Amino acid sequence: MILTRFFLGGFDRRITILIMLLLLLALLVPILHLMVPPTSFFHVPTFMVALLGKYLTYALLALSLDLVWGYCGILSLGHGAFFALGGYAMGMYLMRQIGSRGSYGNAELPDFMVFLNWNELPWFWYGFGNFGFAMLMVMLVPGLLAFVFGWFAFRARVTGVYLSIITQALTYALMLAFFRNNMGFGGNNGLTDFKDILGFNVQAPETRMALFAASAVALCLGILITSALVNSKYGKLMIGVRDGESRLRFLGYRPESIKLVAFTVSAVMAGVAGALYVPQVGIINPGEFDPGNSIEVVIWTAVGGRGTIVGPVIGALLVNAGKSWFTGALPEFWLFALGGLFVCVTLFMPKGVVGLWASLKTRWRAKSPAEISQPAEAQT
Amino acid sequence: MIAGAMRALKIIIFVLLSCFASASQAWSGEAEIRTSIAQLATAKGFPEIEKIVKDLAALGDPLVNPALTALADGNLQVRKSDNAIFITRDGGVGVLLIDPVTGKNAGEAAKTDVAKIKVNNGLRRIIRDSLGNLTLQSPDSATRLQAAQTIFKNSDASQLTALDAAIAGEADTGVKAQMELARASAILNSDRGDDEKVEAIKLIKERGGRDALSLLTATEAKTTGLVKDQAAVAVAGIERSLAIWATGQNVWYGISLGSVLLLAAIGLAITFGVMGVINMAHGEMVMLGAYTTFVTQDIIRDSFPGLFDWSLLIALPLAFLVAAIIGVIIERGIIRHLYGRPLETLLATWGVSLILQQGVRSIFGPTNQEVGNPSWMSGSFQIGELDITWNRLWIIVFSLIVFFVLLVALNKTPLGLQMRAVTQNRRMASAMGIRTPFVDSMTFALGSGIAGIAGVALSQIDNVSPNLGQSYIIDSFMVVVFGGVGNLWGTLVGALSLGILNKFLEPFAGAVLGKILVLILIILFIQKRPRGLFALKGRAVEA
Repeated sequence: MILTRFFLGGFDRRITILIMLLLLLALLVPILHLMVPPTSFFHVPTFMVALLGKYLTYALLALSLDLVWGYCGILSLGHGAFFALGGYAMGMYLMRQIGSRGSYGNAELPDFMVFLNWNELPWFWYGFGNFGFAMLMVMLVPGLLAFVFGWFAFRARVTGVYLSIITQALTYALMLAFFRNNMGFGGNNGLTDFKDILGFNVQAPETRMALFAASAVALCLGILITSALVNSKYGKLMIGVRDGESRLRFLGYRPESIKLVAFTVSAVMAGVAGALYVPQVGIINPGEFDPGNSIEVVIWTAVGGRGTIVGPVIGALLVNAGKSWFTGALPEFWLFALGGLFVCVTLFMPKGVVGLWASLKTRWRAKSPAEISQPAEAQT
Repeated sequence: MIAGAMRALKIIIFVLLSCFASASQAWSGEAEIRTSIAQLATAKGFPEIEKIVKDLAALGDPLVNPALTALADGNLQVRKSDNAIFITRDGGVGVLLIDPVTGKNAGEAAKTDVAKIKVNNGLRRIIRDSLGNLTLQSPDSATRLQAAQTIFKNSDASQLTALDAAIAGEADTGVKAQMELARASAILNSDRGDDEKVEAIKLIKERGGRDALSLLTATEAKTTGLVKDQAAVAVAGIERSLAIWATGQNVWYGISLGSVLLLAAIGLAITFGVMGVINMAHGEMVMLGAYTTFVTQDIIRDSFPGLFDWSLLIALPLAFLVAAIIGVIIERGIIRHLYGRPLETLLATWGVSLILQQGVRSIFGPTNQEVGNPSWMSGSFQIGELDITWNRLWIIVFSLIVFFVLLVALNKTPLGLQMRAVTQNRRMASAMGIRTPFVDSMTFALGSGIAGIAGVALSQIDNVSPNLGQSYIIDSFMVVVFGGVGNLWGTLVGALSLGILNKFLEPFAGAVLGKILVLILIILFIQKRPRGLFALKGRAVEA
């Protein structure tokens, strides 16, 4: 009862519509892919499913960033790191599922370890053969990193651009670390060549559909949790931190704990997004830690509209669809477009697409009564 | 009259006699060399050739040098028709014949008419050593020095007598010292008595260096008793001094890296310090500076090749201008509208950096452009065991010049005064009549311009590619954040200490892990001092 109130208390129409749409997508795309013959107009080809699934995990990542940036005022330029860590945890599970089917046929060790002449599994790979454990790690590892990092950073009152820069340094350091072969995560090549997930072939259409649906459902859950959080009393405090941290502190709250909770929850969400991303694209490598990727997530959120629930989802889908189209049609111009997007959104659309829509609507509403009232004015 | 005639006659006779004497001397030496060389034509197998080479070397006459060199290079050939021996040089169709002693041209021959005198690697080594010995007597002191160094490295005991002779006749003290070192090295390899060897070890220990270390380690391994002990002591001593030199080398590398960081970060420190703006496109300003250098050099190479050595000096003001103008455009066009919203500024400038990168990539292509080093920036020199390259040295000097010029500009010029005022308290400065928007523009132009000239310097040591800036941006931020905002000294100390720290971690942790450690250390440091080493105090902090 309390839980339902907690989850549904802050619902508005836009969120309901979005969740309905996502669930519809989760049902419709698999049906259109599996049931409709490839010749039909309504058939959704495999690449499109993979692409859409990827976008959904990106949307979850953008949403997680929005939780800290849009609602708590913490601009994290290192959210890609949590995403990639979740992805690596999933990748490790998938690597353990390969078993003796690798190129070297070693049942105990993944191929890259055989290649590096390692004799036994490093301790941090223990347990990743178990799906439950791996899923726990998907959430625990990013969450723990965020907690420790945030605990240090927020207590020391590192704020604003300083915080942004050190989150960027965090993901940069992790990228350098994961590029090293002797870290035990496959170095440059990362983890790839996956075969099975929970006993099903990763490449099989049915598995792909299941992963796609799982991404959509995970995104819905993310939306539910986020909206519940931000509409609770705690959410008010988050917004308070964003808008007047010192004032909140003087009122007797502890902004650092509020920020720490938001940061950790957000990192866990990013980790889950990464875990869903990896089996769908079939690879995870240190490039995911690139600071450029993390900052791109920021622009998805900004384009959609930060500080809203719907915004980041729309932004992630829009920008990534644009990226896919550009890199196909005009590869030269994608960076121009992306750069221009950064500039234009910050200059002209600080509230993103959602904000633009809202202001257009109010303007339109303000206009129509004015037209009606004009003759009335003329009368008097 | 008669006396005068007598004197003239005496002089003439003296001159004639001396001429004759020297001519006959030369002639006798030459004859011996010729007969020895002639034996090569009929020599059977390598041992015989070896004997002839040794005979030739024993003559101790520099005249044999060309023949022996040619023999080692495989250019000494026998004419089949008359067994005469010539140095040959490839002459198009046939071969050019050169007299082995006088070096005069002796006609031509078909390639099939001559046969090569074959040598193997063992022989080549013997020839080289004999040449080293011969050159000990060379009239040119540089050649003698070279020869002594060669003997020192090979520690060739067979050269002892030659060395003794050379040392006795040597006038140049530098060359003589080197020869004595060579002699000490040769003694260690000979069967001389222990006391002489101990002396030699002392001499070599004083010289120090890697060659001495390997020589003494070898001695320690193959001797016994007193000599072994002495060698061990000497090895330990040299290793200690080498360790000190290695530390010095690390400090040097650290300073060098620090100066690069300083150049990259100093412009950022100004814009961030004064405006509180994180300019993500800062790295691209560095890149633009590097590309300006490339274009300048390209034009100079095509039109004014004589000016090439000046190309960097010409590129400096141009790079400053290009970067400063683009900086002003960015500031006026974008950043101005985002004041008070630092996070948005960060995003917008990131967008600018993407556009600039892609712009350069579209114009110049994605590959590395080659920027040449002027003559005064290439090469290197040694101080003790330190290897110092000129370009690194110049970059350190240059970064310090930039730093101090900037320091003076900030502290002594009206604009600098206004900048400092705006840094410390923007609103109060504005109330005092300072045009803060103008100061912001100028600050941004200055910061960008400095980044541009940093690009000129960095083009000398890094790849000039569209990604040049990105590789510096995070490091420069680290420097600024570490050093503290609004204080140039903080940037200097931050850059140098990060550079040195990096280079000291590298030997233990490897380059990548060292960098990660530095990043982690900075992240931890920020916890302790969130505003950097040299933080501004007071009201400005919360602004």
